[in-house]
Amino acid sequence: MTDRRLLQLDPRDNVLTVIATLEAGETICLAGKQVPVRQRLPLGHKVAACDIPAGAKIIKYGVPIGSATVGIAAGEHVHVHNLKSDHLPTYQRETQASYFDQQ
Amino acid sequence: MKGYLRPDGRKGVRNVLVVAYLVECARHVAHQIAWPFRDRQAHLIGFGGCYPNAYALQMMKRLCTHPNVGGVLLVSLGCESFNRAELAQHVGATGRPVHTVVIQESGGTTKSIAAGRQWVETVLTQLQASPRADLTVRELVVGAICGGSDATSGITANPAIGRAFDLLVEAGATAIFEETGELIGCEQVMAERAARPELRPELIAAVAKAARHYATLGHGSFAPGNAEGGLTTIEEKSMGAYSKSGRSPIMGLIKPGDVPPPGGLYLLDVVPDGEVRFGFANINDTAEIAELIASGSHLILFSTGRGSVVGSAIAPVIKVCANPETYRRMTEDMDVNAGRILEGQATLEEVGQEVFARVLRTAAGERTASETIGHQEFTLTYKTFEPLGPACLPAAGNL
Repeated sequence: MTDRRLLQLDPRDNVLTVIATLEAGETICLAGKQVPVRQRLPLGHKVAACDIPAGAKIIKYGVPIGSATVGIAAGEHVHVHNLKSDHLPTYQRETQASYFDQQ
Repeated sequence: MKGYLRPDGRKGVRNVLVVAYLVECARHVAHQIAWPFRDRQAHLIGFGGCYPNAYALQMMKRLCTHPNVGGVLLVSLGCESFNRAELAQHVGATGRPVHTVVIQESGGTTKSIAAGRQWVETVLTQLQASPRADLTVRELVVGAICGGSDATSGITANPAIGRAFDLLVEAGATAIFEETGELIGCEQVMAERAARPELRPELIAAVAKAARHYATLGHGSFAPGNAEGGLTTIEEKSMGAYSKSGRSPIMGLIKPGDVPPPGGLYLLDVVPDGEVRFGFANINDTAEIAELIASGSHLILFSTGRGSVVGSAIAPVIKVCANPETYRRMTEDMDVNAGRILEGQATLEEVGQEVFARVLRTAAGERTASETIGHQEFTLTYKTFEPLGPACLPAAGNL
């Protein structure tokens, strides 16, 4: 069974939503396997439900929410460092200059 | 519940007097006029631009004759482009008391403030005698918006608002959801819910227009806080935002200031038509709330995960907090704690019912958190819209 702190919103999803903040060093249970949490995962963030190859669609709510920019291992944090929109780039304060350079 | 019966037959859930500046140069005077009466339902609205804009004039006409509004004071500098005579005539034709203070003709700042306050005092006293009439759920128009979203918004508060929307529509009310820029990626799913086949391409086209608009400007409807809260892409944010529309059929597509026919669910398209001219479609949540109100919303359901604090002029805002950690940090700003769903303390159905009940109590006069604290935000920008296409609204005979 899968961890109760991880929410799958649709059976097709390959990411799970963290519904109680997880601290580094804790372990989560993914399809019966224990996986260590490498860094703090705040409430609302996503982890990979399975191994996801680079270029594959990330599925949440049963629909694609973008593509993996690198290979992602099961249990790994899925966010702006490895997931990219298929529509519009995601703006972040830290990368403001490069964001507008790429336009 | 009882509403405030206006001379034009519409019924409001609040008894507001608006003080409206017609150019930024008149805002200080207008603000000074309204400020002493802020706890007596005198609200400041206005348009800051000096150049004419058909959208801004239409918005101000709709806002100044909103069912929650009982009287209107216009504050003009005197030389701006805004057609103050047309607006005053429009308001007067609905039977609402209206008066214009022109600062350049009234002896400057101090005399204008004094004259304005005197008028407001008199009319607020008159409004205390506004007639009351029975108000049914069928007569309510409710808008929904999400702001300060995080990844909990699309799991708890937005679906709970969607459930409340379903209950409102079943009871015969009108429900409006918005922000086509936050529906990018779910347009096909949404179009399946169109009440008429000819509406489907209109819904898809509205989202495609939003995608083009934001691509031209180089920025999606996505703030850094969204990412800090666990949202990674606009598609992901869209799917969460979309869930606040519930499951009812979509009866039509409207633009800001279009008041939909009574009953059913409508999508409000806030993205300007034509070439990109004036900038972002939604510079902030407050601009969208003003558009929902201009389309007749008596009150607004506002879903937030990161923790927005805004309220609004003219219409009460009910804050549904998606994130239990945010709720504990910012309890005074929130009306409903939808984060209980994540902690196993309530079901989605229960929170949906709670939001529905809260709508009815607010319509009956109960103050929301933002009203109690004194929030009365308002923003109005430049935009350009074309008239609705024939497929956007139900045929008159089918209403």
